[in-house]
Amino acid sequence: MLLNALLVAVRAIRRNLLRSFLTILGIVIGVSAVIVMVTLGNGATKAVGDQISSLGSNLILVRPGQRMEPGRDSAGAKSFELSDADALRGQLTSLRAVAPVASRVARAVYGSETWSTNVAGTTNDYFTAGGWSLAAGRTFSDAEALSGRAVCVLGETVRKKLFGGTIPIGSEIRLKGFGCEVIGLLAAKGQGAMGMDQDDTVVMPIRTVQRRITGSTAVGSFVVSVREASAVARAKDDITALLRERRHIDEGEDDDFMVLDTKQIANTLSGTISLMTGLLGAVAAVSLLVGGIGIMNIMLVSVTERTREIGTRLAIGALEREVLLQFLIEAVVLSSFGGVVGIVLATAASWALAGLLGLPFSVDVTITAVAFLFSAAIGVLFGLVPARRAARLDPIEALRRE
Amino acid sequence: MSPPLVVLERLRKTYGSGSAAVEALRGVDLTVEEGEFVAVMGPSGSGKSTAMNILGCLDTPSGGDYIFRGVRVSSLSRDERALLRRRYLGFVFQGFNLLARTSALENVELPLLYRGETRAAREMRARAALDAVGLSGRETHTPSELSGGQQQRVAIARAVVTAPAVLLADEPTGNLDTKTSHEIMELLTSLNRDRGITVVMVTHDANVAAWARRTVRFVDGLVESDVRKEAACS
Repeated sequence: MLLNALLVAVRAIRRNLLRSFLTILGIVIGVSAVIVMVTLGNGATKAVGDQISSLGSNLILVRPGQRMEPGRDSAGAKSFELSDADALRGQLTSLRAVAPVASRVARAVYGSETWSTNVAGTTNDYFTAGGWSLAAGRTFSDAEALSGRAVCVLGETVRKKLFGGTIPIGSEIRLKGFGCEVIGLLAAKGQGAMGMDQDDTVVMPIRTVQRRITGSTAVGSFVVSVREASAVARAKDDITALLRERRHIDEGEDDDFMVLDTKQIANTLSGTISLMTGLLGAVAAVSLLVGGIGIMNIMLVSVTERTREIGTRLAIGALEREVLLQFLIEAVVLSSFGGVVGIVLATAASWALAGLLGLPFSVDVTITAVAFLFSAAIGVLFGLVPARRAARLDPIEALRRE
Repeated sequence: MSPPLVVLERLRKTYGSGSAAVEALRGVDLTVEEGEFVAVMGPSGSGKSTAMNILGCLDTPSGGDYIFRGVRVSSLSRDERALLRRRYLGFVFQGFNLLARTSALENVELPLLYRGETRAAREMRARAALDAVGLSGRETHTPSELSGGQQQRVAIARAVVTAPAVLLADEPTGNLDTKTSHEIMELLTSLNRDRGITVVMVTHDANVAAWARRTVRFVDGLVESDVRKEAACS
């Protein structure tokens, strides 16, 4: 009986191909939207994780302010001093590199080319801790670092924007009105976590940035590299204790800075992305619901329009439940077919978009299965009312209808 | 001797209730034997359509009895009546009522589908039925590609493909011209004569009724006259 009902339903769908197509369009769009959102969101989460773990597990980031959370920033918290970096390096032997960082966005000019980029003032430890290697030139000399000479090391993106194809070692670029000699070039690292371009940077001695760009002696953060990955937890405790002491934080008071290892950074960022994914997925789910209402709408119209057909079927000897089943199956076949089409489209679209955004692509079997089952369930849910209406028709009335 | 195919006893049907009630049938007595060819005539509002709906088990009487092959139809549930229609009845409508955009073959297969016949049996019997109504070669045509007469032939093939005991035809020639009507009546007559299918046909056209061997005339919800042709050979 089920098989026959399926055959009857499929024949009915085939008789109205255009309308059937329009009916499932809502489901197709809804399902694809949900899957694309979730797939890209998962890809972004994974990309962040990969990126951050590729930094190595022995990296620690120290920032002023409290926990890094959406809606909270480090504003208002006391910044660090250069002497803090010296103290960390001098007193904690487990640390390989301690790079103080003061950064600011500034416009770099060379000839007629200008490019707005992130200028990081730091020390040579920054290259060690961040895993940067030089493509050409050299890093800062001790004298340059100490005196705050106007020298800089360019990221690959900045070099490309300002100099095109040439190697610019020895050239002078202008930053915020002062000239700055290019002494080195960083090897390209590519896109970082959250999709930002890591190579879009200019690195200068921290004193130079403090004096000429930020105009204060504040240090925004420390990038710390620990010698042994196994000592990270210990190093975090040591850094915390030392900084509390230097910042005169009494016992019982909360830290006014944070010490984050790569895993925590990854988790925080992933949490934010998951939240975004969830929100976008919810919006997409609403469109799926609208698609379901579309199915109900069309099925109700279809029942009205096919009243005589239903009357004929009843006269021929179709049982009430067979007519019910037919219309229910029609709705479910339509909606689950829409689901399948949506899944195929979404997979293709996610693949294309992931390539475009440089995110890893993977098919999430769970979300695919859920989307399919959900679309079928929508068919049942929104097919039930029209199907019942069809099944309850009085054959005599139905046959008389024009 | 087997019981009569159809017995109507003091059949009454009232629509509405109270002062608005309309008595469509006011005590109809009628017996149809197996193999008869009956024309039901009468002016509109005479109750002939109501009687046909009850005969077709599409409607239930308000009073009296309808006994089909010894089974009291009045006491059957909606589903049981559907199964009775499926098993024993065939319907031919004035408006053909074929499924649009559906091939003749699939239209004829429809009742077999509800009977749960296998695919092979469905196709074989549907082809045979189409052949019997003179439409072999038109299996893949859809109703819009067929003339009115051909559509009615498909409808007749659909009605008889299940080898029903009774063929109920409601104005089968109402939408057809005289020549085509003639052909359809020849077809119904041959089905009645050669296959022994009882035919009960509603018509208001005396020329069409003349094909039947018995004419029952309804007036005001009662059987006014019931005339059998003497010349019939059976």
